[in-house]
Amino acid sequence: MLCDVCGKNQATVHLTEIIDEQMKELHLCEECARQKSEQMESQFGLSDLLAGMAEFAKPNKELEVADSVKCASCGLTYADFKKLGRLGCGACYNTFKKYLAPLLKRIHGSSQHFGKSPLKVTKFTKKRMDLQDLRNKLKLAIETETFEEAAKIRDQIKELEKKQAENNSQDRGAK
Amino acid sequence: MKLNDLLNHTSEWLRSTGPNSDIVISSRIRLARNLDKLPFPHRADKKQVEESLKIIEEAIVKVDYLKQATVFRLADLDSIDKQFLVERHLMSLEHAQKTNHKAIVIDDEEIVAIMINEEDHIRMQVMQSGFNLFEAWNIINRIDDCLAKELPYAFLPDWGYLTACPTNTGTGMRGSVMLHLPALVMTRQVDRVLAAIAKLNFAARGLYGEGTQATGNFFQISNQVSLGHSEDEIINNINGIIRQIIEQENQARVAIFSKNRSVLEDRVNRSLGILKSAHIISSQETIELLSMVRLGCDLGIIKDIDRRRINELFIITQPAHLQKIENKKLSSQERDVKRAELIRSRLRI
Repeated sequence: MLCDVCGKNQATVHLTEIIDEQMKELHLCEECARQKSEQMESQFGLSDLLAGMAEFAKPNKELEVADSVKCASCGLTYADFKKLGRLGCGACYNTFKKYLAPLLKRIHGSSQHFGKSPLKVTKFTKKRMDLQDLRNKLKLAIETETFEEAAKIRDQIKELEKKQAENNSQDRGAK
Repeated sequence: MKLNDLLNHTSEWLRSTGPNSDIVISSRIRLARNLDKLPFPHRADKKQVEESLKIIEEAIVKVDYLKQATVFRLADLDSIDKQFLVERHLMSLEHAQKTNHKAIVIDDEEIVAIMINEEDHIRMQVMQSGFNLFEAWNIINRIDDCLAKELPYAFLPDWGYLTACPTNTGTGMRGSVMLHLPALVMTRQVDRVLAAIAKLNFAARGLYGEGTQATGNFFQISNQVSLGHSEDEIINNINGIIRQIIEQENQARVAIFSKNRSVLEDRVNRSLGILKSAHIISSQETIELLSMVRLGCDLGIIKDIDRRRINELFIITQPAHLQKIENKKLSSQERDVKRAELIRSRLRI
């Protein structure tokens, strides 16, 4: 069977398209199939979907202001992000923090990380994260009404906060 | 290790040794990681992608767990080699396109595969046979810890690991389980099951992941949400869903087997008959027939062929594998002939 598009090569890819409830079968050669898939991706890819969500995630007033915000590190603008659906570098997350927070919440139902962290994080962020972790656990324990667990966690938080306060005053004293 | 060595080797995930290997083919955990100071691959210039490639390659060499691993630069591989790696589930289709400044790292058991400069700087995966996500997580977690000692990851305490696409932010983790659900398909229940999965924020995909159609009754179920839950929680959630699907597939199998035994035995044996005697066969037909034979093995209808041999056939009958076995480029028609030949020889008892 020859390719439906170029009519030259053997068709090896068989595609079923459903448009307006009309089913159409296409028989394509590998080259034409590749072109077709690129075409389809540019018509409606994940980036469009994300971009739509990004649009939705913020009030209209800020729309134009947000578009022109530019990442100092990689030069990506928020308008670029809406078009591509991809961020340019780690720093983009800080640059677009205000707009990304609601977007992440829409995608994941949460904008607070609970998972592991790299070993290389500094002592300060580590402590802050431990505390954050405990607070999250406390919230969960209260939500699930495991109050005994909650009381334990509350004490751990108090302990950690006390330590942190002591450290801070020591630091100040040293200076 | 050379790429051709893989040809005579059965990937860990095809061995059919893990828990629930009748219904669950394999379990896979993938982590996305990026370097702190360099732009993500799609945004980086030539110098920057080459730099990230070099930094990551150097770090990988230092990881104990990856001592048996080999780094392949994609620019050095031909198109059949690349397709070969995709067919073995070691690399994504996306990674095989536009291959400059990209690499793939594979360990000799094909448990670990690390793509460098795909959508993110690092995409690592660990695969296990059967229903075994936690074992996959244990392995990949250790590798990730080792790499984190060498590499400054892009990370924010509030948002976790930062990825090119915000759908991966947080843990950067995707757990997926490949299921074989012929009975749910036959009893027309699978759409209902898949709809329920989608409602719970899980994705169901075909044999080759994103954008592929489900063929041969194979479905890949994975988490969509990567932020807001710990890795353990995410895995527990997936496990919960998978356990229910396994239960439903088992019930459907029992129902078919008790009510329509002779019909089922007929279908299974006819499928085996075609595979054993065909002289021209497409990969689509192969997958569909093998799926029935696999079900026959699970239910004891076929006793003299083990599942591992069936699993292998799914992979080695794919286009790039056939061409590597024959060591030359084959047209689609030539492949259909060679495929039939290979299947006949493997199923000869």
